[in-house]
Amino acid sequence: MHLLLYVLRRIIQLIPTLLFIALVVFLLVHLLPGDPASAMLGDRALTADVNRINHELGLDRPLPVQFLLFLRNLLHGDLGRSIQLHQSVVSLIEQRLPVTILLTVMSALVAVVLALPLAFVAALRRDREADVLIRGTFQIGLSMPVFYIGLLLLTFFGAYLRWFPVGGYGDTFASHLYHLFLPALTLALSLSAVLMRNLRQAILSVIGAEYVDFARAKGLPARLVLLRHVLRNALISTVTLFGLQIGTLLGGAVVTETVFAIPGAGRLMIESIYGRDYPVVQGTTLCLAVVVSLTFLLTDLIQVMLDPRLSR
Amino acid sequence: MTFALSLRGQRRKTRARRIPVSLIVGGAMLAIQLLLAVFPSVFAPYAPDSFDYNALMQPPSLAHLFGTDNFGRDVLSRVIHAYSVDMQIAFFATVLPFLFGTSIGAVIGYTGGLAETIFGRLVDAIITFPFLVLVIAIVAVLGPGLNNMYIAVGVVDWVFYARLAVAEVKVQKRLDYAEAGRAMGYSPARIVFRHLMPNIITPLIVYWMTDMALAILLGSSLGYLGLGAQPPIAEWGVQIADAKNFMGTAWWMSVFPGVAIVVAGLSFSLTGDGVAEKMRTRR
Amino acid sequence: MKAGLSLEVKNLSTTFETPLGAVTAVDGVSFDVHPGEVLGLVGESGSGKSVTLRSLIGLIHPPGKVTGQVTWNGQDLLSVPPGRLRRVRGGEIAMIFQEPMTALNPVLTVGLQVEENLRAHTALDRGQRRARAIELFDLVGIPDAKRRLENYPHQFSGGMRQRVMIAIALASNPKLLLADEPTTALDVTIQDQILKLILSLRDELQMGVVLVTHDLGVVAGTCDRIAVMYAGRIVESGSVLEIFDGPRHAYTRGLLASVPQAGAERGPLLAIEGTPPALSALPTGCAFGPRCSFANDACRATRPELAEIGPGRQVACLHHETVAASKGQFA
Repeated sequence: MHLLLYVLRRIIQLIPTLLFIALVVFLLVHLLPGDPASAMLGDRALTADVNRINHELGLDRPLPVQFLLFLRNLLHGDLGRSIQLHQSVVSLIEQRLPVTILLTVMSALVAVVLALPLAFVAALRRDREADVLIRGTFQIGLSMPVFYIGLLLLTFFGAYLRWFPVGGYGDTFASHLYHLFLPALTLALSLSAVLMRNLRQAILSVIGAEYVDFARAKGLPARLVLLRHVLRNALISTVTLFGLQIGTLLGGAVVTETVFAIPGAGRLMIESIYGRDYPVVQGTTLCLAVVVSLTFLLTDLIQVMLDPRLSR
Repeated sequence: MTFALSLRGQRRKTRARRIPVSLIVGGAMLAIQLLLAVFPSVFAPYAPDSFDYNALMQPPSLAHLFGTDNFGRDVLSRVIHAYSVDMQIAFFATVLPFLFGTSIGAVIGYTGGLAETIFGRLVDAIITFPFLVLVIAIVAVLGPGLNNMYIAVGVVDWVFYARLAVAEVKVQKRLDYAEAGRAMGYSPARIVFRHLMPNIITPLIVYWMTDMALAILLGSSLGYLGLGAQPPIAEWGVQIADAKNFMGTAWWMSVFPGVAIVVAGLSFSLTGDGVAEKMRTRR
Repeated sequence: MKAGLSLEVKNLSTTFETPLGAVTAVDGVSFDVHPGEVLGLVGESGSGKSVTLRSLIGLIHPPGKVTGQVTWNGQDLLSVPPGRLRRVRGGEIAMIFQEPMTALNPVLTVGLQVEENLRAHTALDRGQRRARAIELFDLVGIPDAKRRLENYPHQFSGGMRQRVMIAIALASNPKLLLADEPTTALDVTIQDQILKLILSLRDELQMGVVLVTHDLGVVAGTCDRIAVMYAGRIVESGSVLEIFDGPRHAYTRGLLASVPQAGAERGPLLAIEGTPPALSALPTGCAFGPRCSFANDACRATRPELAEIGPGRQVACLHHETVAASKGQFA
């Protein structure tokens, strides 16, 4: 019951955030020097074309009116049409966004699978060789840009060892997973570094807690003490951090999709930038931001489920 | 256990006077790189953009320590000249957000009330945008190039400094010396900038260090995507983008700029850690 | 159920390796606890009482090192394999911590925290475990047990939380209860209820109890025997009656004198002058020497050993006869 009320409250809180996202995305196009249409069409555009585009996009009306129109269209699921691809932006995003989400989910999973055991090893072997090695390696990983990690993995595991495809997305779900493995690993490395560091610290602060000693005094097996008593408490802060990292992960996905030629929303965005296809840039930015805010909701929920003290 | 606590206190005291190793190492590494950035032509054996069609994609040798690229340009020289660009990115992309965000955050934290509430909502909304995506979107609209990248980063980045400054000032303003300042009838501006600022600045400087490391990653990423520094400028991301089709055949083209990025990032992180440690031991 | 078991502790020492050298928190402590007996371990904070308790069942974290012998049921708990130790912990020897707020896991229901103990030490099935948990809550006096099992620690009051912890400790019918200041964090009235509860359970289950406390009032009302600790060592032990009647260590005298007497004229409360020494910098000779009005050069030269001065009566003081004879210095 508490939980349900909490969800409801959080959903209501989401509304102003979504409005703000819409406003920023709307204003984005108006940052353009001069008028957007001529910027889109280039210097040699005919005045007639410029006027036509301006009218099509509703750019000849006052700004607040334009924003209300933009919102109305949004509510009707209309994000405009792609100038380059001659399709509705919504249908483009419908094709491309699931790819990005699958990539992001996969890399989040890989990151967790990497971070969890390594954080335990590092924490339990604090300041000994294993800990120093793990932290050092991750620190180097954190200092590498995503595109470079991607290129390295692609060259070694793709081109050299030929274990994985060097790009593309495949046709079946299984082949999607296969194609996305290296990109997911690319994205996962820096995320897992951040998660590992945080979780290690959290484990260290929890492991000396009285309730952990009490659990040991009960004669519980070591594994149960670590998983139920240490990990559950340590995870609370890591889940918050995980939520905050989703934005970084999606930003990395944009780059990774470009490196591995994956037909996702991020690559769509970059291609649209090269083609000055502003409605698509707007649409993808909007959708990625919405994905982030929904993830915040999700991680908040997980946190409340992990920590009963928060639900009241 | 009380005795354990008191021991820790003593150990901290003995450590306080030492400069942390990470600060020494990180600082030294940064100094060397700054030298390269300011005087690249002193250290670079060749010009960064001199083509040599007789020496295309040569592996590392005595003549070309890091080899040559697909235009016969000396990779070492390009990596060195790229220091000017990438260090400039690290500094210029972050210095205005640092100054502006810190000041405005200190003021908001000191004022509190409505300003703080509004700012809180703004932060909540801004962090829902993936930082890189928003920066890319802004650069997309303004057009590729370093200056537009600085603008794009600046529009968003100040918020993070301001958030940190708000939190720090809220702690400090309740302490005695700030109260004393108010009792003396000092103006709020004087209290904030003369009295509070020196006490909140260290964590912000630590964050600035991390942020410069992030800016190098961001700058090289945008360079790689063709949205940051524009070829033929020597910039590590641009260099790696040039090299991406020769990863297997001419590894030196991409590996050395890559190592340069990692080393630069590590130096900033180390320095930041060192400053943070120094600050911890001083308290 | 088998008849009660005795705990024999011989020469227990616990040392922590620190950057400033080794610190001995517990130094050669020996004592016995018999079935149905309550032993009070008394001393100021930092005297090593809690560390002693934790050392008994292997709850000392590295870099702490425990040596000596802890004999329980024919085996040395300090050297048994981990699996065996786990069966003893929580099953045969249970422990209650001082602060129920921090000793209960905040993110798990109290029901689960009771149940996991039963699961580790009994063959009960799910339904039986639940029934036993309800029974335990009734036993320790938590009303509305069925519903309360679903609650989290933060939903209980301080006294109720301590009852929850006792219920957890008693879940598997332990034969020895280690209670580390079980009432310090509680109001006086609740303190009394909790102590009565522990005593009635002692009678019912014939379990031995080691009660760590700095409160001699609590000791007088509950314990059979006392061991007084100072700077990691036992300085005096004996029956409650003997020690309250005629303390033979100046430190014990001081402790007793600082207890407000019920019914007595309200006089100034006497405390012992000075503070306990840091364990990393113990004085040579008797650790209590610098605070002791009986001390002379002999005390500063050698450290007095704990010596038997009567049946079950021990003291570590060169001048214990003088101390016993000098009435009224504190009173």
